[in-house]
Amino acid sequence: MRLRKPEIAPSAVVWLVLGAVYFLVPLLATLLFSLKDATTGKCCSLSAYGVILHDPQFWSTIKVSFRLALETIVIGLLLFVPTIYWVHLKLPRLRPVIGFLALVPFVVPPIILVVGLLEFYKDTLHAPFWFLAKPDLFLVGAYVILAFPYIYFSLDAGFRSIDVHTLTEASRNLGGSWRTTLGRVILPNIRVAALSGAFLTLAIVMGEFTIASLSAFHTFPTYLQYVNESQAYPAAAATLMSFGITWLAMLSILLVGRRGGQRTVRVGIGR
Amino acid sequence: MPFFAYAAMFLILPAMTVMIGAFKSSDGGYTLDNVRAIVEAPNIRNAFWESIRISLTTALLGGLFGLLLAYAAIRKGTPNWVRSAYGTFSGVAANFGGIPLAFAFIATLGTIGIVTQLIQNVFGINIYQHGFAIWSRRGVELVYLYFQIPLMILVIAPAIDGLRAEWSEASSNLGASRWQYWRHIGMPVLFPSILGAVILLFGNSFAAYATAYSLTSGTALPLVPILIGNDLSGNVFANPHEGHALAFGMFVVLGAMMLFYIPLQRRASRWAK
Repeated sequence: MRLRKPEIAPSAVVWLVLGAVYFLVPLLATLLFSLKDATTGKCCSLSAYGVILHDPQFWSTIKVSFRLALETIVIGLLLFVPTIYWVHLKLPRLRPVIGFLALVPFVVPPIILVVGLLEFYKDTLHAPFWFLAKPDLFLVGAYVILAFPYIYFSLDAGFRSIDVHTLTEASRNLGGSWRTTLGRVILPNIRVAALSGAFLTLAIVMGEFTIASLSAFHTFPTYLQYVNESQAYPAAAATLMSFGITWLAMLSILLVGRRGGQRTVRVGIGR
Repeated sequence: MPFFAYAAMFLILPAMTVMIGAFKSSDGGYTLDNVRAIVEAPNIRNAFWESIRISLTTALLGGLFGLLLAYAAIRKGTPNWVRSAYGTFSGVAANFGGIPLAFAFIATLGTIGIVTQLIQNVFGINIYQHGFAIWSRRGVELVYLYFQIPLMILVIAPAIDGLRAEWSEASSNLGASRWQYWRHIGMPVLFPSILGAVILLFGNSFAAYATAYSLTSGTALPLVPILIGNDLSGNVFANPHEGHALAFGMFVVLGAMMLFYIPLQRRASRWAK
């Protein structure tokens, strides 16, 4: 008996095509918009891209955001990897506590977090100016919290898929120090999870507007908003570049995940 | 552990500051006036009403369309490349949002947007004279769906995947119709996941600030996060009590949402694997 190859259901075709139209039209419209001449609005020229690429503010803000992203990733991983390792190894009772803490940022979204941070550090602690005025201190401090749930869920899945106890005992019995164990035995085994968390953090920080704008810092998203308000066609070009950054970060997650044969679940961010 | 110290410094203590601030009066004493303002002050009540309305609409519509698209992409017969294209795109689009998403829709349906002009040229209709505006409630809802639908697809796809083929085969072998299968097997199994996902979508839209701010310039639509942002502009609260009351109200809504979400999540995972 030969099985008939199942055919696609007609209603599925209708829904999938409608969905594709809704998702693709805004991207296409932005592309067409970006190809209009920056001064006359006539099609087609690359001048809008030229305006953005020749704007020193574009380069300076994208550099700031990228630096903040790297700092957030380094601090986030340094903070979370040993903690989650230790919890899996010695304190499994604490796992629900950390899991609960990872849900708190959903109840305290960026708009409330920025209010709390400004009040806490300004009015309660009277933090010195050098702390409040430095994006690398104030913003990275907040971004590590924003990234925490995503890095945590990614790492937690990574740690659950390996045998932490056996690996640790083997390394310790062979005379490895704690640092060697963590750095040369555990870390290579959770590399995919750590990289996924890192790329997701990159996408979050490169797109974060709420906290940066309300605490008066100049990052790539605040630059984007400034261009949106002032120059329509170059704004389309900058928007596409920003989409490109998100795409690259998210596709990198898929690529490292595929190579490591492991998938992580992601949930929306950065609105 | 340094981790807990960090969480306390940058998450717990700042959040507590906001909560306590909601019960403080301007002379430093404690009061319930700020919290009472949530229900009594017309502008605050109105902001909560608008926010809840937009979040409810986009959560229900996003949930419905996300479910239909996820099912259409996963069901038997749909080519594999369509399925993985939708999966990958959803992973990315759920993380779009914010300033770039707002501008993509301004370029599409803004006053000089590509689609706005296309409709004008082809049908001779100016949609802005027929009550549509990208900065109106309808407009903001349309834009929010762009990240709500993919988020629904991401969250619900594993649950749909978990519906085993054996169940549908067993029920049709026993003489059940498609409708009976969905009514008595499919829906009861999926329902906790769907409800949980819709609650997640509600919170996602309720907390959103950047997209709405960029679309409305912070003025056209009084949403709760927008009002908090406006109060905060210039780095200090122009009206600290209103800001605190708004933040506290948001915290209560999102906290209540989590109380429903966590048990649903637990129930939904019963059928996984």
